[in-house]
Amino acid sequence: MSWETVIGLEVHMQLATKTKIFSGSSTEFGQEPNTQANAIDLAMPGTLPVLNEEALRYAIMFGLAIDAEINPLSAFERKNYFYPDLPKGYQTTQLAEPIVGPGKIEIELADGSSKTIRIHHAHLEEDAGKSLHEDFADQSGIDLNRAGTPLLEIVTEPDMRSPEEAVVFAKKLHSIVTSVGVTDGEMSQGSMRFDVNVSVRKKGEEKLGTRTETKNLNSFRFIEEAIKQEVNRQIDVIEDGGKIIQETRLYDGDTKTARAMRSKEEANDYRYFPCPDLLPVVVDKETIEQIRATLPELPNAKKQRFIDTYALSSYDAGVLTAERALADYYEGVAKFSGEPKLAANWVMGEVVSFLNKSNLSITTFANERMRAKDLAAIIERITDNTISGKQAKDLFLAYLEEQDDIDVIIEKRGLKQVSDTGAIEKIVADIVDANPEQVEQYRAADEGKRKKLLGFFVGQIMKASKGQANPGVVNEILLKKLES
Amino acid sequence: MSITADDIAKIAKLARIRVDSDEVPELSQRLANILKMADKLQTVNTDGVVPMANPLDAVQRLRADVVTEPAGAAALQARAAFLAIAPSSEQGLYLVPKVIE
Repeated sequence: MSWETVIGLEVHMQLATKTKIFSGSSTEFGQEPNTQANAIDLAMPGTLPVLNEEALRYAIMFGLAIDAEINPLSAFERKNYFYPDLPKGYQTTQLAEPIVGPGKIEIELADGSSKTIRIHHAHLEEDAGKSLHEDFADQSGIDLNRAGTPLLEIVTEPDMRSPEEAVVFAKKLHSIVTSVGVTDGEMSQGSMRFDVNVSVRKKGEEKLGTRTETKNLNSFRFIEEAIKQEVNRQIDVIEDGGKIIQETRLYDGDTKTARAMRSKEEANDYRYFPCPDLLPVVVDKETIEQIRATLPELPNAKKQRFIDTYALSSYDAGVLTAERALADYYEGVAKFSGEPKLAANWVMGEVVSFLNKSNLSITTFANERMRAKDLAAIIERITDNTISGKQAKDLFLAYLEEQDDIDVIIEKRGLKQVSDTGAIEKIVADIVDANPEQVEQYRAADEGKRKKLLGFFVGQIMKASKGQANPGVVNEILLKKLES
Repeated sequence: MSITADDIAKIAKLARIRVDSDEVPELSQRLANILKMADKLQTVNTDGVVPMANPLDAVQRLRADVVTEPAGAAALQARAAFLAIAPSSEQGLYLVPKVIE
């Protein structure tokens, strides 16, 4: 039996405002519990919410970035339920009239084709507080610092057909929203949380199967794992003659297991109604156009520009534009060095691998470890033949350690490449003379084998020169010598 | 439309209100009256009428994204004042009966 997977996502994205959606409390992460929850956040009697203009602006920016209609008139409603981390007894959210209407996001699949994922809508709402269950016997501790943090909930149509597609979409969304700057995108701090709706159906069938919702996944890896697992579970249940129950599930990234949450049938009766404390939100065309004018370049446009301006491959341009800070860094290196292709190789190679190894962000790296200017200076020393590519890699690491002037490090560590033909000629002659057997073999060999023997000679010569001989000059002299 | 005892139980549970069984008959009568009025409203022709989200002829005013609350020691002081009126608190947290998901 062949099965088809159908996936839709709901993404809770924290907006990059300084204050909450309805109050002037700070949204800064990691502060003392309950020091950022004022009377409004605590739902004290007599308090009234006032909408944060920046939260609204970010929501509109997101809508414009995904080609969505911006609702000229949106409204807030109350979603009623009781939970200790929700002081008001309702969440202020949008339902019938969300700020962002239908839009779309284009994703590139592994086979090179592209696909459109439709966005159903996106709405503004407030986050809840945090419940801490571990530290108290028979009690839970409530921290309301997060209560009232502005969220944009982004809801997709069920347009994804595999866990891989869902992850590609999630990464693309992350790339767009961090490029536009509407969120900091810090997944580990909960700035983006994904709920995945998964169902399966027999191939060729049109009717959707019963779906389950797995909540609060905060890494791309968890999204993939949770979907894979849920798809297998659903197929097993159906093939064993069972039925899928519509339920909410929780995935534990540490144990890689999921479980059904307590039935929420009754709790799902949220009894929405228009929030009488908030008036309709009106956004006129002029405001929308003003905001549109502030939109930074989007990843797709930037990718095309990188291909056109810097003659990069589509793949390289895609990697470099996935994150705005990385793209900015690359552009800096490319401009300062005047070598866009070399700059791309260095940023995607040495820089990215160093970031992965040291768990640093590109922003920290660029600000504290190696400015774009510094990397450009290293690249310049390759192009002006001062050092070889191999020596440049040593210089890269040496610079990260010492942060000294590049030319000082080159001098101090003896990284200078020897291009002086006289000196190299002598080394080449010594090596050729010391290996008459290989010379004979080389002269008798065909094209393919020659290459391999050439490698042997170059290796010996580089070793004899302590890695300082200019490989280009070595090759030239060596070939002349062997073929004479 | 009649309101059954089960309806009352469900609504009461959603609203976290305790309703004793001897209150049910009167409550169902009163709720039925409210629904009767709603039924009457349903008969009004609303074709072409834009739904009204708020009776005031006004739109939402916006707030600048500026922190209005104190930080540091003053924030801790404000927290202490709020925690003091809570039934139970510890380590800067509000304590509630254990929530199990």
